[in-house]
Amino acid sequence: MNVALLVSILAVSIQAGTSLVYATVGEIFTERSGILNLGVEGIMIMGAVTSFAAAYHTGSVWVGLAAAMLAGGLLATIHAVLTVSLRADQVVSGLALTIFGTGLASFLGQRLGPEGKPLVGLVGPRFPRFADAFFQSTIAKIPGVGGPLTQIFNQDILVYAMFIMVPLASYWIYRTRPGLHLRAVGESPGTADALGIGVSRTRYLYTIFGGMLVALGGAHLSLAYTPGWTENITGGRGWIAIALVIFATWNPYRALIGALLFGGVNAIQFRLQAAGASIPAPFLNMLPYLFTIVVLTIVTVYENVNKRVVAPAALGLPYIRGERTG
Amino acid sequence: MALKIEKRMEPSRTANILVPIISILLALVAGAVLLFLAGVDPMATYAAMLDGALGSSYAISETLVRATPLMLTGLAVSIAFRMLFWNIGAEGQLAMGAFGATGVAILLPNIVPDAPGWLFFILMMTAAFAAGALWGLIPAALKAFLKVNEIITTLMLNYIAILWIQYLYFGPWKDPQGFGFPGTAPFPEAAWLPRIKDVINLPAAFNTGRVHFGLAIAIVAAIFIWVVLDRTRWGYEIKVIGENPRAARYAGISIVRNILLVMILSGGLAGLAGYSQVAAISHRLQQGIVVGDGYTAIIVAWLARLNPFGVLVVAVLMAALFVGGDQIQISMGLPASVSLVLQGAMLFFVLGGGFFTQYRLRWTSSQPVVSSQ
Repeated sequence: MNVALLVSILAVSIQAGTSLVYATVGEIFTERSGILNLGVEGIMIMGAVTSFAAAYHTGSVWVGLAAAMLAGGLLATIHAVLTVSLRADQVVSGLALTIFGTGLASFLGQRLGPEGKPLVGLVGPRFPRFADAFFQSTIAKIPGVGGPLTQIFNQDILVYAMFIMVPLASYWIYRTRPGLHLRAVGESPGTADALGIGVSRTRYLYTIFGGMLVALGGAHLSLAYTPGWTENITGGRGWIAIALVIFATWNPYRALIGALLFGGVNAIQFRLQAAGASIPAPFLNMLPYLFTIVVLTIVTVYENVNKRVVAPAALGLPYIRGERTG
Repeated sequence: MALKIEKRMEPSRTANILVPIISILLALVAGAVLLFLAGVDPMATYAAMLDGALGSSYAISETLVRATPLMLTGLAVSIAFRMLFWNIGAEGQLAMGAFGATGVAILLPNIVPDAPGWLFFILMMTAAFAAGALWGLIPAALKAFLKVNEIITTLMLNYIAILWIQYLYFGPWKDPQGFGFPGTAPFPEAAWLPRIKDVINLPAAFNTGRVHFGLAIAIVAAIFIWVVLDRTRWGYEIKVIGENPRAARYAGISIVRNILLVMILSGGLAGLAGYSQVAAISHRLQQGIVVGDGYTAIIVAWLARLNPFGVLVVAVLMAALFVGGDQIQISMGLPASVSLVLQGAMLFFVLGGGFFTQYRLRWTSSQPVVSSQ
């Protein structure tokens, strides 16, 4: 295998994996508080459509990001109201969110263009690849490694932000007092409540915050990775993110590794298609989904064999003071 | 004065009936607000949808045609949900059912020239059921033996199944005389699942249009599931597992065995939905067979409170929304996805409303002893 191929696969892995990292870390925050949100796919696709529409009409990708976070926060609020306050089944509420979000995104995609026309096919602003000119004039000129380095570092700002966000998320969860409260609420809400930590407040907060991060992942798709709006832009990435949370054992750093691995599977699949491999395209397109099932199975078996319980103990259970759950 | 939440001793009967009705009405109100914000007249939209779905005997017949796969997938999902096995894979199981049925329709004429209709019927049904059941057995076995999360696996298998049938009708099974149209060659007429009006002589007043025997299969399936759940030991086991898995284990009920059996039934029923779509509607495997019915099935099952006869009724309601949605796309140029938004909203309100069947709110005069902060 030559270096050029490896480098280009790595570069594409990072691009393809970025939306997954945001979505996975967002869901990690939510699940750490004990709330399972299966609406990731719906929130992601709403993030994609609202950010593209807002960026298209204002000409600013930043307004697009804000719109995505607003939409993600609002959708996650629905889930929080239903599951925290009204104690609805978290699985069904999340599925409802995905169905609702997918439908609404499709509706908006056909109405939010100029004069109520569809968004499909429009070209809007996108995040530029970071420091393009700077790299061209300096690092690219280094003999031997310049070319490959440029390829790897020539990314948009959301990719760079991701490499800052992941350590911050990890620090917050494991090293700060609010992070400790978050884990307490997810592990043992009764104990947390007795210690004076607001269980409902914490769950609302992290469900909404998680939804915003998930929507950012969607925004990266429509503003950077595959700029523009298409009906099925997420293509199941939201569900892969939920699988990645399990793979990552609710740890942001492992989420980063997992998401890049998945990005790599995507990159290899595109490479093979571009190279005109003899395997028919639909089979190559199956790879990420097949890979998810295989990896999830291996991780689950590994944890069962080692008798490790890594999921937050109260994940999926409503908390009612004075009532036994589970 | 403080608002206090009290758990009801037993779920309220009145709430049980009122909550779904109020939920659906509230969802329509929420939908109206969204439509208004999108700059559309909500009342005109709803009127057009209602007219398109139920305004004529033709419209009603189209709604029943649309309801048929929703009934079968809704039943498939509800039986799995009964034992808290989250089968989100009815979509893929339907696709595999369509694949199994198509395989028979394409291959049987090569083996038995001029095969009779009943032979096609039996073999296509069996193949569709078996293909759907096998597709359901993969996540079932992974869950039963290795405890792998079934929500993820059933979902991933949807994408794989859809890509698989696309490969077939774009590739090896593509109609050579199809002028590049992505789809298999049309089935021989003996393989078609007939329309009601082609078999039974009904008075002219009954315009059954395209309504076909898939509807009868769905009704039989609902009766079958009701009998299983209410009249057999197996159904009792399923319900115990769903309500209290720990108690089930202590009672010696095999969870592994029940997961496998229920998913054979669940996947098989979704497979039959695939059969009825290719054999009665398109008469070939093509684009547009797999259109999200496996996901709508989740809404159908939950709104019906997992009751098999409730599934039949709610499936018609959801089908009316779809047919009405198609109508406003044609007559008002509005996206048909309005119906998906409304369905999602209905599920939200039903979920929220569930709270009021389990709990009651009461004003109390005294302050609570412990504050929540």
